[in-house]
Parts: sequence; structure tokens; C-alpha cells
Amino acid sequence: MHEISIKITINEKIYDRSILPNTLLIDFLREELGLTGTHVGCDTSQCGACMVLHNNAAIKACSILVAQLNNQEITTIEHLQKDDKLHPMQNAFRNNHGLQCGFCTPGMIMSAISLINENNSPTEEEIRKHLEGNLCRCTGYQNIVKSIEEGAKDMREKG
Amino acid sequence: MYNFNFHSPNSIEEAINIYNSSEEPKFLAGGMTLLASMKQRLIAPSDIIDLRNIKDLSEVSSKENHITIGSLCTHSEISNNVIIKNKIKNLAKLANGIGDPAVRKMGTIGGSIANSDPAADWPAAILALKANIKTNNRIILNRDLFTGMFETSLEENEIITSIEIQVPDFFDYIKFPNPASRYAIVGIAIAKYDNNVIVTVSGASHKPFIADSLSESLSKNFSSKIPLKTISLDELNEDIHASAEYRAHLIDVLTKKIINNN
Ligand SMILES: Cc1cc2nc3c(=O)[nH]c(=O)nc-3n(C[C@H](O)[C@H](O)[C@H](O)COP(=O)(O)OP(=O)(O)OC[C@H]3O[C@@H](n4cnc5c(N)ncnc54)[C@H](O)[C@@H]3O)c2cc1C
Ligand code: FES
Ligand code: FES
Repeated sequence: MHEISIKITINEKIYDRSILPNTLLIDFLREELGLTGTHVGCDTSQCGACMVLHNNAAIKACSILVAQLNNQEITTIEHLQKDDKLHPMQNAFRNNHGLQCGFCTPGMIMSAISLINENNSPTEEEIRKHLEGNLCRCTGYQNIVKSIEEGAKDMREKG
Repeated sequence: MYNFNFHSPNSIEEAINIYNSSEEPKFLAGGMTLLASMKQRLIAPSDIIDLRNIKDLSEVSSKENHITIGSLCTHSEISNNVIIKNKIKNLAKLANGIGDPAVRKMGTIGGSIANSDPAADWPAAILALKANIKTNNRIILNRDLFTGMFETSLEENEIITSIEIQVPDFFDYIKFPNPASRYAIVGIAIAKYDNNVIVTVSGASHKPFIADSLSESLSKNFSSKIPLKTISLDELNEDIHASAEYRAHLIDVLTKKIINNN
């Protein structure tokens, strides 16, 4: 099988690479680029641990090929912090004890930001519905929802 | 996942040419089903032909009393589309009930129909509505499309380009979702054009089907006084999620729920 050349922007950095067509985005991020903040939970598009942003919306990196993203842009959890300051959503998860083991957290945060990009003041019900694609085995979701409510407020205030 | 050659054609003609000159090719839309099967090594295509760079396939338009939905429109695009919300708002609601937000961002209506999963939501809706499926070389009537479990009357090298739907007087779809996957354990679609009502069922059999006696009864009298248990248990699935009897009951309950919500 032939390698293909792709150009993909990840966290505002352009990568021109030759890859095997069957390279999944998650493997490219973690193995090729060493961006291990994006996690692999189920590898079957159920758990959301692998979520990244594409056109401001969360997608599952375990279920898309890098080849499908030629000339496109991806943002991972590593790119949220700016000038040593946590993103308001990251901060809100810290303030509200929105994580325990932390395995689901990168996906939760990307999913939460994706929700706020669409709807900047979601109700509790909308937050819970939005989290259908994110599984957490520790927290029982209560503090995750609280975190997202606070994160949404801070994102609104910071524009 | 085994390896393959990857192609991203810009036109239908190019996509078909690549298909015809490849060994065991597959078209790729959102990949939500196809990539999962490839990861499990259930299939090993020699060539993957990505349809997402073919421009005209992602548009929604309306003309008189018809709407046309491009096959590459994602569930998420459909749920937010103004034309669809204005003309058949419960189609937007259906789209917004598929899987989870990330699945809806990638998965497409064309992929869902071509895949013909008996528990999927689009097929039941398309079967209930007056709808035609347009491909690169013909128009297929909705009733002729879904031939079996994961089977359609599409040729292997045929691409669905759009779905054309006549705007009904009434349409709704609700499902009793599997709590893990959100696929329908039973889903009911009802479409009404004047006094002609069609009720279809997803999730309950090897393919979506028209519930004849329910359709007949609602055509005569559009009320929740429907005949009960009209579908033979032999036609219904039994699995770890639900018995055939339970599914038969859900068919009646969901049908009444739609009428009562109306
Ligand atoms: C976690 C999860 C939950 C889900 N929940 C639901 C649910 O609740 N309800 C529901 O209905 N579905 C559900 N789905 C399925 C989802 O709707 C998929 O989007 C859909 O089944 C396939 O669409 P796709 O665009 O991803 O197609 P792909 O996976 O890219 O392709 C599927 C098949 O269709 C063929 N194909 C694709 N496009 C075309 C075309 N235009 N012409 C001809 N052939 C084509 C491909 O060759 C392939 O064989 C779920 C999926 C996941 C992963
Ligand atoms: S690892 Fe991608 S959804 Fe679980
Ligand atoms: S904090 Fe452990 S899985 Fe969510």
C-alpha cells in the first residue's frame, strides 16, 4: 500500500507528513507527535476519552483517519492553556472537583468546550444530554455538570 | 485495521472511475460505521474512496412541496438546518436523537441509509415519508431500497447523491432507545398525507417495515384508538435487549404516544 502525503494543522502548527492511509488520528497524535493528552478508552467510538476539536466541534479521534483531515485543523487538550494559564473550562473542572482519576477528563473538557461553542449558556439538562458521548467511571457526573456550568459562565465573561 | 489505498475524488464520475478500477473498494462517508467494521477486521477493503470532498452532495434545498437532502449532510447539519426545521421539523429532531453529538458531527444520512442497519433511525423515516433516493444513475423508490439486514438494492458501485422528500401534513418519529448505543430497540415513524397514513417500525425486525394494519387504521381515523398487537411475533426480533412480545407492545405504545403528542 502506498503512503500518502498529508498536510494537517494541529494546535496551530502545520505538519507535512507521509503516512500510511490506515493511520487513525488518535495514533498520529499519540504515537507520531507525542501528544498523549488525548486518551484512548474504548477505541470503538463509545466513551469520548479521545475527543479533539475540529471546526470548533468535538469529534472522536479514534474513529477518523488522518487522511480524511487533509488540509484541515485539529485542536487537542494540550493547546487550551495560554500563557501558563489554564483555560476557563480546565479551571472550572479543578475548582469543582470535576475529576477523580482524570482518564475521561480531556475528552470531557473538549466536549464541554464544543457545547459552549454552540450554546454559550446551556441548561443542566442540555449539558447532560450533550454528555451522552462521554463516559466517566468515577465521578457520577454530578461535579462534571457543575464544572461545565461554571466553565460556561467563565467562558461567557471572558468572551 | 488492514491497510488500503486512500482516494479523495472531487466528483462523482471520478469516484465511480476509481471504484471500477479497484479490487475491493468501499465508499467512505462519515466513517462511523465503516471504520468500526474495518478496525474489527470484519472487512478489509483494498481502496477507500472518501466522498466528503464532492461538493454538491452536502446541500439541502426545497422546491414547492419537496425538500432535497444531500447524501453527505451530517446528522448534525440536518438537525440545525433552517429549511428542514421549517418544513419537517421532526426530521431535525430525529437527526438530533442519533447517537451522541460527536457521532452526529461525522455520520451522514446517506451513510445511514446505505448501511441499512435495521435499528437505525433514518431508514424508518424515509420509508414512512413519500421519498425517493437519488443515486448517480437512477432514482430508487423508498419501498424498493431496504431489502434486508444491512442490505439494500444499491449496486456496489452506486452512490446515493440525495434524498427527495414530499413535505407531509404530519410527521413524527420516536424511539425507545437502547440506553448504551441510542439505537432503537423499537422506533416508530408516522407520516400523513391527506388521509393516507403510513406507520413504519425500526429496530424490531431484520429491516424497517410498514405496519399495515396500523397504517390502515390511522388512515381511517387518526386517533390513538388503534388495534393492538397487530404484528405477528414471528416477524419480530428477540435478543438480550427485548423479547418479541415486549417489542410488539412497544410498537403500540410508541404509536399511541406519537398520536397523543400531536
Ligand atoms: C456510538 C454510535 C452510536 C450510534 N447511534 C445511532 C443511532 O442512535 N441511530 C442511528 O440511526 N445510527 C446510529 N449510529 C450510526 C450512525 O448514524 C452512522 O452515521 C451511520 O450508520 C453511517 O453513516 P456514515 O456517514 O458514518 O457512513 P460510513 O460509515 O462512512 O459508511 C457506511 C456504509 O455506507 C456506504 N456509504 C456511505 N455513504 C454512501 C453513499 N452516499 N452512497 C452509497 N454508499 C454509501 C459505505 O460504503 C459503507 O458501506 C451510531 C454510530 C455510533 C458509532
Ligand atoms: S477511545 Fe474514542 S470514543 Fe472511546
Ligand atoms: S474521572 Fe475517572 S473516568 Fe472520569
